[in-house]
Amino acid sequence: MDYAKEIVSGSTRAAARLISWLENEDERAAPIMERLYRHTGSAYVIGITGSPGAGKSTLTDKLTQTIRKDGLSVGIIAVDPSSPFTGGAILGDRVRMSELSLDPGVYIRSMATRGFLGGTARATADVIKVLDAFGKDVIIIETVGVGQDEVDIMGIADTTCLVLVPGLGDTIQSMKSGVMEIADVFVINKSDRPGADQLHAEVAVRVEQDSHIKQRAWTPPLVRTIAAENQGIDELWRKIDEHRQYLAGSGELIKRRKMRTCQETLRLIHNELFRIVRDNLEASGQMNCMVEDIMDHRRDPYSIMRGILRDWLSLPEEQKETR
Amino acid sequence: MARKIKMIVAKPGLDGHDRGAKLLARIFAEAGMEVVYTGLRQTPEMIVEAALQEDADVVGLSSLSGVHNYFFPKVVQLLKDRGLDDVLVVGGGIIPPEDVEFLKNAGIKEIFGPGTPTDEIVKFIQENVRS
Repeated sequence: MDYAKEIVSGSTRAAARLISWLENEDERAAPIMERLYRHTGSAYVIGITGSPGAGKSTLTDKLTQTIRKDGLSVGIIAVDPSSPFTGGAILGDRVRMSELSLDPGVYIRSMATRGFLGGTARATADVIKVLDAFGKDVIIIETVGVGQDEVDIMGIADTTCLVLVPGLGDTIQSMKSGVMEIADVFVINKSDRPGADQLHAEVAVRVEQDSHIKQRAWTPPLVRTIAAENQGIDELWRKIDEHRQYLAGSGELIKRRKMRTCQETLRLIHNELFRIVRDNLEASGQMNCMVEDIMDHRRDPYSIMRGILRDWLSLPEEQKETR
Repeated sequence: MARKIKMIVAKPGLDGHDRGAKLLARIFAEAGMEVVYTGLRQTPEMIVEAALQEDADVVGLSSLSGVHNYFFPKVVQLLKDRGLDDVLVVGGGIIPPEDVEFLKNAGIKEIFGPGTPTDEIVKFIQENVRS
C-alpha cells in the first residue's frame, strides 16, 4: 500500500495504521512522513487542557459539533495517561464523543502518554501532521488532566484553551506559573456550580495583573460554559476564531509555528540519536558494565558520559576544551 | 519500543449498566493493553468506526440483554466489510452456552461467560491477537 497516497486520498485505515507506527516508533513511519510533509500546514490546531474532571472531553465533543456546523472537518487527538506500573491505559475520552463517531467529517484517535510527561503523548506532534495531510481543517488536542506545569500543549497548538472549574483553589493558585500562563482563552466550565463568579473574578484579576507586568497584544478572554448542556460553546468558538485572526494578522502565527518547527526538528534529531546510542550500549552489554562500575564506585557517570561522547562524536579541539 | 495491544471494549445494544465491561477494561489495562472504552448504547457501525480509527487489534463485545446473536455477528461482518479481517473479536456477558457455537461460526473467536477467570481472558487475547 502506498500509505502517503492513501492518506492524502482520505483512507482512514491508512491514517490509523501510520499513527500506530508513529506511536510504536516503527521505522516504516519516517519515509511516509517525508512524503506527507508537503501536504501539511493548513490545519488549525486547538489545544484543550485543564485539570482532571474539568470537562475537557465533553467540551471537545460540543465544540466539534459547533465547528462542524461551519462545514469544517475535525480531527481529535484525545490523550490519557499510561500506567507507570503496567504500561497499560484506559482511554476514556472517546466515550464522551459517541455522537461524533459516525460523522464522516470527524476522526477521533485516543493516545496513551506512554511515559511522556508534558500532558500529551510522545508522538502527538507527528500525529497532528498525519491528520493535517489527511485533510482535517481543525485539529483538537485534548491533553491529559493536567496539574500545574504540564505545558507541552503550548508548543503544539495555535490556540490553547485552559479549562477551569469552580471550587478548586484561590487567587494565589491562579497567580502561579505554568498552565495559567499558557492560556490564550480561559474557559470556566461547569459554570453553574457554586464559586463560578469567584473563579471568574480571580482569573480576571490575573489577566489584569498580566497587563501590568508584561507586554501582550492579546488579552485572553474568559468564556463561561456548561459543556454538558451545550451552553457557551458558540462563544468559545468565536473567541478561538478571534484569536486565530489575531495570530494571522499580527504575524504571531508564523512566529509560533517557526518556534514549533525548530523544537520539533530538534526533538526528532534528539530522539533518533539517543535511540541509536542507547540501543548500541544495551545490545553490546556496555550499559550493564558501566552500571556495575558506577555502583561499585570504580567509575562515575559523568566521566562515562564524556567518554561516550568522545567515542560517538568527533569534536574540534577548541570545542572539547569548553566542556 | 514494545508494541501495545490496542483494544476496544464495547457494548452494542441497549444494556443499562456496564460494571462488568468497565472492570474488564481495567483488567486489560492492568495487563499492559491500551483499552478504548466506548460506553453504552453503541451500534455496530459506531463500534467498527472506532476500531478503524483506533487501529484496534481486538474488539471485545459485551451484552447482557440477549441481543448477542444479532449484534455480535453484525460487528464481525462490518469489520470484514471495512477490510479489518485480522481484528480479533471476543465476546462476553450473559450468553447462553447453546449460543456459543453459532457465535463462533459467525467469527467471534471466543465467548467468555460470567465467572471466567480474567487471566484466562487476558492470556487468550495475548495468544490470539495478530502480530
